Amino acid sequence: MDGQGATADPQLQHFIEIESQKQRFQQLVHQMTEVCWEKCMDKPGPKLDSRTETCFVNCVERFIDTSQFILNRLEQTQRSRGSFSESLLD
Amino acid sequence: MDGFGSDYSSGGSGGKMDPGVIMEQVKVQIAVANAQELLQRMTEKCFKKCIGKPGSTLDNSEQKCIAMCMDRYMDAWNTVSKTYNSRLQKERARM
Repeated sequence: MDGQGATADPQLQHFIEIESQKQRFQQLVHQMTEVCWEKCMDKPGPKLDSRTETCFVNCVERFIDTSQFILNRLEQTQRSRGSFSESLLD
Repeated sequence: MDGFGSDYSSGGSGGKMDPGVIMEQVKVQIAVANAQELLQRMTEKCFKKCIGKPGSTLDNSEQKCIAMCMDRYMDAWNTVSKTYNSRLQKERARM
């Protein structure tokens, strides 16, 4: 697929950007649902009880925190040790 | 699913393709992909929860468990989606 068709049509390009963004959101929802299901769900009951729901909410928030923490820390390590990225590439 | 590649290339060789048609097709294919993703993950999770030792049939209690598990998986999916969405809103407001 060459990208020229998309760049030639701004309307289509905008559409693709929005849809890609939505798709990244959906993909992360699938992923977090799976991860948090393992953490929070015992035996599936007739309804989602409030304790389990709170667990899911906390699980999502902490998953995002973890992802941001790791990203920040990697950035810091990279800054303090300028050779970090090079050593990864070696 | 070979729709995307073939449609796209046929549109390219046969002149201009209506962007509206492309967008519609993309939307449908995204929806199908998402449904498949959900189905696959849900099947895996509910199989794990409900089928302890696979027997000669899917017995009644297993079917009940799977039905309940499906509903709870959807609840979980919606809770995760809502939580993630409000987190994104909050972070956007902070920027």
